[in-house]
Amino acid sequence: MAQMTMIQAITDALRCELKNDENVLVFGEDVGVNGGVFRATEGLQKEFGKDRVFDTPLAESGIGGLAIGLSLQGFRPVPEIQFFGFVYEVMDSINGQLARMRYRTGGTYNAPVTIRSPFGGGVHTPEMHSDSLEGLMTQQPGLKVIVPSTPYDAKGLLISAIRDNDPVVFLEHLKLYRSFREEVPEESYTIEIGKADVKREGKDLTIIAYGLMVHESLKAAEELEKEGYSVEVVDLRTIQPLDIDTIIKSVEKTGRAIVVQEAQKQAGIAANVVAEITERAILSLEAPVLRVAAPDTIYPFPQAEGVWLPNYKDVVETAKKVLTF
Amino acid sequence: MGENKFDPTATLREVEEKFHMFQILNEEGEVVNDEANPNLSDEELVELMSRMVYTRILDQRSISLNRQGRLGFYAPTAGQEASQLASQFALEKEDWILPGYRDVPQIVWHGLPLWKAFLFSRGHFVGNQIPEGVNVLPPQIIIGAQYVQAAGVALGIQKRGQKTVAVTYTGDGGSSQGDFYEGINFAGAFKSPAIFFVQNNQFAISTPREVQTAAKTLAQKGIAAGIPSILVDGMDPLAVYAATRDARERAVNGEGPTLIETLCYRYGPHTMAGDDPTRYRTGDLDNEWSLKDPIVRFRKYLEAKGIWSKEKEEEVIERAKEEIKEAIKKADQAPKQKVSDLIENMYASEMPYNLKEQLEIYKEKESK
Repeated sequence: MAQMTMIQAITDALRCELKNDENVLVFGEDVGVNGGVFRATEGLQKEFGKDRVFDTPLAESGIGGLAIGLSLQGFRPVPEIQFFGFVYEVMDSINGQLARMRYRTGGTYNAPVTIRSPFGGGVHTPEMHSDSLEGLMTQQPGLKVIVPSTPYDAKGLLISAIRDNDPVVFLEHLKLYRSFREEVPEESYTIEIGKADVKREGKDLTIIAYGLMVHESLKAAEELEKEGYSVEVVDLRTIQPLDIDTIIKSVEKTGRAIVVQEAQKQAGIAANVVAEITERAILSLEAPVLRVAAPDTIYPFPQAEGVWLPNYKDVVETAKKVLTF
Repeated sequence: MGENKFDPTATLREVEEKFHMFQILNEEGEVVNDEANPNLSDEELVELMSRMVYTRILDQRSISLNRQGRLGFYAPTAGQEASQLASQFALEKEDWILPGYRDVPQIVWHGLPLWKAFLFSRGHFVGNQIPEGVNVLPPQIIIGAQYVQAAGVALGIQKRGQKTVAVTYTGDGGSSQGDFYEGINFAGAFKSPAIFFVQNNQFAISTPREVQTAAKTLAQKGIAAGIPSILVDGMDPLAVYAATRDARERAVNGEGPTLIETLCYRYGPHTMAGDDPTRYRTGDLDNEWSLKDPIVRFRKYLEAKGIWSKEKEEEVIERAKEEIKEAIKKADQAPKQKVSDLIENMYASEMPYNLKEQLEIYKEKESK
């Protein structure tokens, strides 16, 4: 097995699927010769040719429309939106068109498109590069939304996404691209979409998180362990659809839960998870389910990022409120 | 200075002066441009005429069914028969059509059963279930979205090495959308086999063509994307057919996309949902355009050739009425639309837990 960063695991997944299925096409802004601004498509054009891996004009809605049209011709398009903050330019193509292709044609046409895009804070980008906009996607019926937190998960989930016959939005956290390596099989493998992963087992509290916040939550769990608390960390991995069974099973075991997200607190994934827990497991709860999230401002100017983004200390603080309720 | 003189105004003027309206058959049904005449066989001419007459009847019946509360959403088509039907007539069955919401006649003549078109109007998903081998999408509601998708279908055709084209339609209002530019630009950049129609029927609901853009023609917008463009008399079936056939030929020969502006007019309201054209159009303008009517001029042309008659036309009208009646009957037999069917159509892969739960709830409700 090789040691891979998340970006390497993603490139590897793309390579596996380009090899596996000649209908897979990878395209977007600067994905060709340049290999993508983060090098996610490094070397792929050279290996698979310009017919399979290609640059597009700079227009996100066009990229979305291109993916829809190609899928109607039996291709499995894997377009890249260079930064997810640019998604507003392609909202109609994704949410208005792609998500409802199967539905509006009564099952006549599927739209097996996987939209990859980097997002996430903490790397001092200009405006519209770091926003956590996954909530906008999860509110759209018809889409599946994946946010991996590790290189291993990223590869297996991306391969599953590309093979899936429904449209998938695959969001890659910028800060996780090169933050650590782990063992990733070189061969192809899949991880089931819609399955969470218990990243750490515990019995006193469940922390539910996804993306970068999984790592802040794991760090918090270590801190809490020093104080004698046994904390379970559930990594959602897929945020639409949720793995309701794993969430509820964990909460029923621990009786206490918090939900951590990098996005602003208003609406969003955490609110949805809290609602599901309340509807399904209220009698197992020993304390209210609390959220850790960013404040409800527009994404901050980089100089305030360090304070604005939730971190493990915030997680510990909220966890203690629930643990001592 | 000389050659090096910088005069952007002159450049614009020069481009705009190049765009003349391409016409073959004038309002009197006379061939004014024989060189460009596509020389359709008598049989083909009669077939195209029959389709236009049929579709005019379909429009009249649809409006009346709508008024009786028996149809639902309907965007009238009268006046646009040449633009819609002569363009589709120039296609092959394997070509793809991505229609706007007024472009139902094209997809019907391309193979969508009429009863399904009625179900689309009524808001039943079965109307959008496209039969295998009919290469069309359901009518697009978001103005311009079909343009970027057509670029994608065309790129797919190109990658498959097929000798077919992707054809899409929007209106004068649609040419203001960002997706319009992105669509023609993408297809141009990839040199994909697409034909983009702008059916310039002079009004986007109530907003006149002059308010949409400073551009003198909409066809000239193709120049900026680097693609061949043509301004066509959209009331002239022969001109529309010839322009489409030419664009198709170049597309399948690997020469890329074409933008075609068809100058036409919708006689009726924008849709049957309360639009009143007298608020924004004068009777004089209506009269002016009715003199250009595509069916009137084609009738004259065909009658002069001795291949069309009043009896023949009556025959088509009767057939249209009969088939429309049958199609409505068939549409009436469609099963009652259920929420549980909609839930089941959401995903191709396994249904998520929330929908599974909701499916049970709605199945239970629907069983009562």
